[in-house]
Amino acid sequence: MRFGVLKSLCLVLTCLALLACGGRESNVVQGNRSGILHFGNGAEPQGLDPHVVTGIPESLIINALFEGLTVKNPHTLESEPGVAQRWDISDDGLTITFHLNPKAKWSNGDPMNAEDYVWSWRRALNPAMGNQYGYMLYPLKNAEEFATGKIQDFSDVGVKALDEHTLQVQLNTPTPYFIQLMDHHSTFALHRPTIEKHGKATDRFTPWTRVENIVSNGAFRLKDWQLNRRLSVEKSDTYWDRDRVQLNGIVFYPTENIASEERMFRVEQLHYTQTIPLEKIPVYRAMKDSPYANAPYLGTYYYLLNINEPPLDDVRVRQALSMALDRERLNNTVLHKSNVPAYTITPPGTLGYQPPKVFGHNIEAARELLAEAGYPDGKGWPGLELTYNTSESHLKIAVALQQMWKDALNIDITLTNQEWKVYLDSVDQMDFQMARRGWIGDYVDPNNFLDLFLCEGGNNSTGFCDPAYDDMIQHQAPQAKSREERYAIFHQAETRLMEQMPIIPIYTYTSNHLIHPSVRGLPPNLMDYVNFRYIWLDKNQEVAE
Amino acid sequence: MWRFIVSRLLQAIPVLLVVITVTFFLIRMAPGGPFDSEKAVIPEVKAALEAQYRLNLTLFEQYTAYLGDLSHGDLGPSFKYPGRSVNELIAAGFPVTAELALYALLVALVIGGVAGVVASLKPNTAQDYIPMSVAMIGICMPSLLLGPILILVFGVYLDWLPVSGWGDSPGDKILPAITLGAAYAAYIARLSRAGMLEVMSQDYIRTARAKGLPEWQVVSRHALRGGMIPVVAFLGPAFAGLLSGSFVVETIFQIPGLGRFYVQAAFNRDYTMILGSTVFLATLIVVFNLLSDILAAWMNPRLRNQLRAQ
Repeated sequence: MRFGVLKSLCLVLTCLALLACGGRESNVVQGNRSGILHFGNGAEPQGLDPHVVTGIPESLIINALFEGLTVKNPHTLESEPGVAQRWDISDDGLTITFHLNPKAKWSNGDPMNAEDYVWSWRRALNPAMGNQYGYMLYPLKNAEEFATGKIQDFSDVGVKALDEHTLQVQLNTPTPYFIQLMDHHSTFALHRPTIEKHGKATDRFTPWTRVENIVSNGAFRLKDWQLNRRLSVEKSDTYWDRDRVQLNGIVFYPTENIASEERMFRVEQLHYTQTIPLEKIPVYRAMKDSPYANAPYLGTYYYLLNINEPPLDDVRVRQALSMALDRERLNNTVLHKSNVPAYTITPPGTLGYQPPKVFGHNIEAARELLAEAGYPDGKGWPGLELTYNTSESHLKIAVALQQMWKDALNIDITLTNQEWKVYLDSVDQMDFQMARRGWIGDYVDPNNFLDLFLCEGGNNSTGFCDPAYDDMIQHQAPQAKSREERYAIFHQAETRLMEQMPIIPIYTYTSNHLIHPSVRGLPPNLMDYVNFRYIWLDKNQEVAE
Repeated sequence: MWRFIVSRLLQAIPVLLVVITVTFFLIRMAPGGPFDSEKAVIPEVKAALEAQYRLNLTLFEQYTAYLGDLSHGDLGPSFKYPGRSVNELIAAGFPVTAELALYALLVALVIGGVAGVVASLKPNTAQDYIPMSVAMIGICMPSLLLGPILILVFGVYLDWLPVSGWGDSPGDKILPAITLGAAYAAYIARLSRAGMLEVMSQDYIRTARAKGLPEWQVVSRHALRGGMIPVVAFLGPAFAGLLSGSFVVETIFQIPGLGRFYVQAAFNRDYTMILGSTVFLATLIVVFNLLSDILAAWMNPRLRNQLRAQ
């Protein structure tokens, strides 16, 4: 009995060693042989109803299962034919005619037609549906009025089926990005008989998206869905462009824990990870043939300033705070050079738009501004509270910036972390002085960032209100005759915004993935957009060590 | 005995009612709601969502409606996962969590029990100190740390065992069970050592030795049954703790259990899911405490006679 513990430990270890002798084949090796992509998807999808869900994990799966009128080319992000073979835009930019592909079919073999879109958009906009992305269709004439219950008759909304394969759309104002929105799941057509078979069209709870019920129209169809375990899709044999689809299937894993996800990648259980732990970046970057893929992403990390409250009601204080920050240093140290320092709300290169650079890192100027505002060398500073949602990376960034403010301006900033929903509530009620915020674009256009700060903007959350700015965004830009003219107006508006400084931009997001070298046709792009139709697996790719 | 069981079951009803009521009102006091998101929700949309989930009623009406549904076993729809009911989510997650908890408990019993008994046989020698120090480390080491270490050693470097999953590949249940069971093994080691030490100094052990029984028989036949009573009393709460405390292990190993749903429900303000899981787990805890009381009574002759006399 003397060495009982040691003996039992030895026993356990022997058992483990015996089990290990099976010689397991990794998911990646197996997948490369059978054409199955193993995809780290970040979280368990809330659901699969395109008019209900809101998150990125859901949209990735839905993009495999469904297809919009248009899709995006993953290399250029330009719109390409999806269910619509082609489309015509009238000279005044107010009427768009989509010509549907006659070969487009539902996964049960039913043909798709223009009427499917009219019915589906009615569902997407129906106030009873509670669709949080219904606003994607607001460029349509009278869509907003219908969605907010101001009009009841859907036939007044600007969408009509001219014949079986022709869909005509009327817009409120010329909306150059409308074609892009046809790739958003909120604008997808759904199979009416399936939905109506399982309940009322506007019910959120019906089981129509279950494996045994769902009918979709994309390159893949749902095969298996095990809660919190995995969701598998297989190539659809009714998809109009099936000959060009190279994957036989995709398995999506709900990889919430990013450390676990990275370990799964390391033992080749995954081809692709949704993200990578910050501290692992240097390790992967140093590898030969690194699987680490880092690319600019259409999103900005910034701090909201509540400009109704002192000391932030003084524009000089806001400018001083922003100019005192050394964003380069933050990026090089805390963020492991994984992001891009930001000086504007719009990410650079948003479909060719280059935002103005109104200010830079300038401690001297910041000190002067603060002195003018009545706090020379931080004297008399009333204190300022920064609110952020609990997260290690937000904390690291906040601590670094807190120190920069102390060093540069000799002012104290206190940090307060709040649990996610508490933080959302604080921001919503404007119960904060300075708060962390991130914004990810829904579509590639500067408008998507600049309209945040309209007086009535639901996501403004700063108290900023400038009628001249509103006029530029809401009236002048849509009337512009060319892209250049439109961007010039945006440029002017953004300059005005950054001079008022209702926010402190910190960095432009980047997408960070680990991608196995056998995965091809998955190029980096600004929206971190994945088009599964383009992906193929290179069987000959040596396993990277 | 039956009177004892029935009266304990009756006592459970007010306990559960208090749990439901407190949970119901407590989660409503937390700031933020299930439909708050980083993107502003249009008022019309929010109103429609609230109507679909009965949030437009007064709080008291919602409470009575919930109790009404609960009385015929309906825990309501999940807020976070539209199209799924709380009953369904629990049914999907609970068997996995229960299986994990059971294996963890076995790991804890085997390792902890052996270590505790071994230690108690030669108190205050190396044979006592070594297992007990290991036990102390086990109590102190959080599964948040132990899990990744085990994964790195056995999963990544040695490549013996899968790093994640549950029932997907052979052996993927071993590491989670050890990780979850480790802390409980440590507790059981300490409890069984204490229990054994007390029993070994009793008169009936001396009698057994006086009969000339070999030492291993003294331990296995006479001492173990009495010495393990504290461990058995601990089993009910331990199993309940394993069931409700498996969240971290489930997250580390990507296990599709109830723990992940439960903790996320709190973050998501998924009111029905929080309530449903709480009620479900509270019921289980009551049942397990009762079971371990019965078992302890059966193992303790004095208590058994007392109950029989009633």
